[in-house]
Amino acid sequence: MAARVITISSGKGGVGKTTIVANLGVALAMRGQRVVVIDADVGLRNLDVMLGLENRIVYDLVDVIEGRCRLRQALVHDKRLSELFLLPAAQTRDKTAVQPDDMVRVCESLREQHDFILVDSAAGIEQGFRYAIAPADEVLIVTNPEVAAVRDADRVIGLLEAEEKGPARLIINRIKPDMVRRGEMLDIADVVELLAIDLIGIVPEDQAILIATNRGEPLAFSSDSSSAGRAFHNIARRLLGEDVPFLTLRETGVLGRLFRFVRSEGD
Amino acid sequence: MGVFERLLGRRAKSSSGAVARERLRLVLAHDRSDISPALLETLKDEIVTVISRHVAIDAEGVEVTFSQSAHETRLVADIPLSPQRRRRKNS
Repeated sequence: MAARVITISSGKGGVGKTTIVANLGVALAMRGQRVVVIDADVGLRNLDVMLGLENRIVYDLVDVIEGRCRLRQALVHDKRLSELFLLPAAQTRDKTAVQPDDMVRVCESLREQHDFILVDSAAGIEQGFRYAIAPADEVLIVTNPEVAAVRDADRVIGLLEAEEKGPARLIINRIKPDMVRRGEMLDIADVVELLAIDLIGIVPEDQAILIATNRGEPLAFSSDSSSAGRAFHNIARRLLGEDVPFLTLRETGVLGRLFRFVRSEGD
Repeated sequence: MGVFERLLGRRAKSSSGAVARERLRLVLAHDRSDISPALLETLKDEIVTVISRHVAIDAEGVEVTFSQSAHETRLVADIPLSPQRRRRKNS
């Protein structure tokens, strides 16, 4: 079985793309999938620190593209899991070092021996975004429930449609149930309706994420300890074709009921 | 659904979440169309010219705007008839 190449993109920076890629990579690998996560944000490498693999990098994506090493040599094995690999971004180069064709070629050579290739796109809609989506079979759009992030997500969705990469699926990150309840935050139904694409995940704001990032141990490793950790595993299960209701945060009361609403309306 | 409506009801009309939703609705309608503000002005001027040829309208009050629903964007022209004309007609 050839791997599925899934690019995670957002338009706006700082919405949590890299956190989501790291956690989805971990969650999929914990389910026995053979996963490569590619940091495609050349010049602003970050996926390595999210995964706590920053001290193990020898070669990077640009080294592979420019032929200074073999692809296998650049892959960093996350030893906590048998089948999770990182292909790091170059830190001392810029985005002009990578062309869309390069990414297609790299992903093609990884397809055979893996199940999932997750590409962490750069923010923006320029070259870093263009080459990140070039190899994608599927695209996940990450947004936050706030005006600027949703607007930028809409731009990206439009560009994906123009490139015939759609339909993309949506992850709403950093939702704050108490603020939604008070009417002081866009709720899930608002964002889904405005962007008019399918929802694949909802991740609540969770302090445990920052703590996990501090340690370089993605939250998904301890799937049951936090609501965000469970959310990442649910997205992984949906990617694997499981029909997982958006009910995982039922204990948060109103948000749980909201999820049920989104599910009955959205799916 | 009932629960959701109750939630909506609980949310005051001017709550910032509702404000964000309405602002986004308009911003996305503009972003999605290829119609620049300048083109919108041109459209408005030409609509005024064409309609004025046949009916007296209040050119100052003409508004050409976007309206956005879930799956379609509309261009809406609001064209008030000239008040003099209507008075004359009624008298």
